[in-house]
Amino acid sequence: MIELRHVSKSYGPGRFARPVIEDCSFTVEANHFTVMMGPSGSGKSTLIRLVAGFEKPSAGEILVNDRPVTGPGQDRLVVFQESALFPWMTTRENVQYGPRARGELTGTGRARTDFLLEKVGLHAFRERYPAQLSGGMQRRAELARALVNNPAIMILDEPFRGLDALTKKMMIEYYAGLSAESPRTNLFVTTDVDEAIFLANRLLVMSHIPARVREVIEVDLPRPRSFTRILLDGRANALKMAALSLLHEEAMKAFGGGNIPAADFIEAHRRRVAAM
Amino acid sequence: MNAVARRRAPMPRLALTWFRLGAWLRSPKPCLALAGYALLLGFWYLSVEVFKLPRFAGMPGLTSVFHEWTSRNPTYGISLYIPVYWVHILVSLRRIGIAFLLATALGVPTGLMLGWSRAFKEYVFPLFEILRPIPILAWVPLAIIMLPGSELPVIYLTFLASFFATALNTMLGVRSIDNSYILAAGCLGASSLQTFRHVIIPGALPFIFTGLQISVGVAWFSLVAAEMVSGQFGLGYLINTSYTSVEYPTIVIAMLTLGIVGYLSSAMVRLAGHWLMAWRVPQLVTDGRR
Ligand SMILES: Nc1ncnc2c1ncn2[C@@H]1O[C@H](COP(=O)(O)OP(=O)(O)OP(=O)(O)O)[C@@H](O)[C@H]1O
Ligand SMILES: [Mg+2]
Repeated sequence: MIELRHVSKSYGPGRFARPVIEDCSFTVEANHFTVMMGPSGSGKSTLIRLVAGFEKPSAGEILVNDRPVTGPGQDRLVVFQESALFPWMTTRENVQYGPRARGELTGTGRARTDFLLEKVGLHAFRERYPAQLSGGMQRRAELARALVNNPAIMILDEPFRGLDALTKKMMIEYYAGLSAESPRTNLFVTTDVDEAIFLANRLLVMSHIPARVREVIEVDLPRPRSFTRILLDGRANALKMAALSLLHEEAMKAFGGGNIPAADFIEAHRRRVAAM
Repeated sequence: MNAVARRRAPMPRLALTWFRLGAWLRSPKPCLALAGYALLLGFWYLSVEVFKLPRFAGMPGLTSVFHEWTSRNPTYGISLYIPVYWVHILVSLRRIGIAFLLATALGVPTGLMLGWSRAFKEYVFPLFEILRPIPILAWVPLAIIMLPGSELPVIYLTFLASFFATALNTMLGVRSIDNSYILAAGCLGASSLQTFRHVIIPGALPFIFTGLQISVGVAWFSLVAAEMVSGQFGLGYLINTSYTSVEYPTIVIAMLTLGIVGYLSSAMVRLAGHWLMAWRVPQLVTDGRR
């Protein structure tokens, strides 16, 4: 379980300090799938860095299983927005890096690496370097590299950003399947509503910068979910609309009042969503 | 999928090196390179021996230089058949080898520390930046006073510029590493030392090899400068003595020799780089092989 209590974070020295997160509180339940959505540049990645322990909040506290976060920990594994596979290691070396670094690369460690490589469909490509994999394969390798450590908490910052629509859908279904097999706590950031509704138990809609939770939406749709069923499900669509209109409201603030073309665009988009 | 994967399995390094060599030979590149050489030699031949352009008239011509170079009995005492010629080359190579290895052995760790440890950088970098811009020739008197014999000053001068080039590029290499690699390693449970060994060193390798390329280049530059003022043998020494005794073809022979051994030495560094950084070889290169 992750708990944020009145967390603030600002960047910049002294009076140039610019708040990115202000008085943000929320809870990520254990063994739940919590999805965070928010306008671009609203401070989602910053929040992730705080939860991961890479940076310290300016105020407030972050608790993981009732213990304050003081730095990165192996109970929380982060999959980054950008690919962070080591380019100088093969896929297999990348995936087994965690066990190797901790000196746990024993027979079972190796077997688990092979099992996960098989699971994400990269066993045949295990001796290739990341530059020789496609974008989707790289994302899968990265998931495997995190999952091989069997972390209690997975933190994923837009892990499927930049993939084409079809690959993305497959990856989402795939990850949902993996999570169903071995439940764990997930904190997942995305800007894609369909992705959010598909995965979430709980949806956190973040405000425009400085970030705080604008609204919490419980997504109590049955599992396993499928994209077609969600498309036809009235309740799912209502949730989606609720999330979208909140997001549009926040995005409108991001564009600023003076920007008439942008405001027009959002208004038109809103009508289109409303007419749906 | 398996068949595809097998066909595309990465090649062992040696095979990769041979493959690259073969591809290079089959490409139009060698012909273009030869054409470039021919152009320069043609210009030399025409300007000195055919048209006898004003300032070129006193220069040794192409034919006389090559005649001298390949003569069993050279007029000025230096040719492929004369052992002293090879002694000059070997002495220069030995100095370059020692200085380059020393510069690499000290420069790479220094650069890694400069990039990795903020405290080390605060202490050392200002000093480094004061010493680095001092030209090698300015060091000559001090080197001769400071170090005994004639061999050590030459090696010291050759080492100096190489060391700075290597250290600086290595430092930049460390700082070029994307922070998310370092965060990822920490997240996966790597200690600082492990991060250093598994992320910092391989991540800086491309820059280190750029540094080493520059380093061999400046090593030859400094070596010749140093040999012209100190030392008993070596190609720089040969050029200087030939100049004072008006043996112009020998100067050109020494210059061309420097060009060839310089090219070979930097090609060797490049090859070592490819060898160590197989992960940077784009799949395209290997996919060309059917
Ligand atoms: N290290 C930093 N120093 C100063 N400002 C920063 C820093 N990191 C982030 N910011 C600022 O914080 C804001 C939020 O950035 P962040 O990356 O958290 O947004 P995000 O919600 O993840 O956006 P996106 O969806 O585009 O990834 C941005 O305006 C950015 O300029
Ligand atoms: Mg982000």
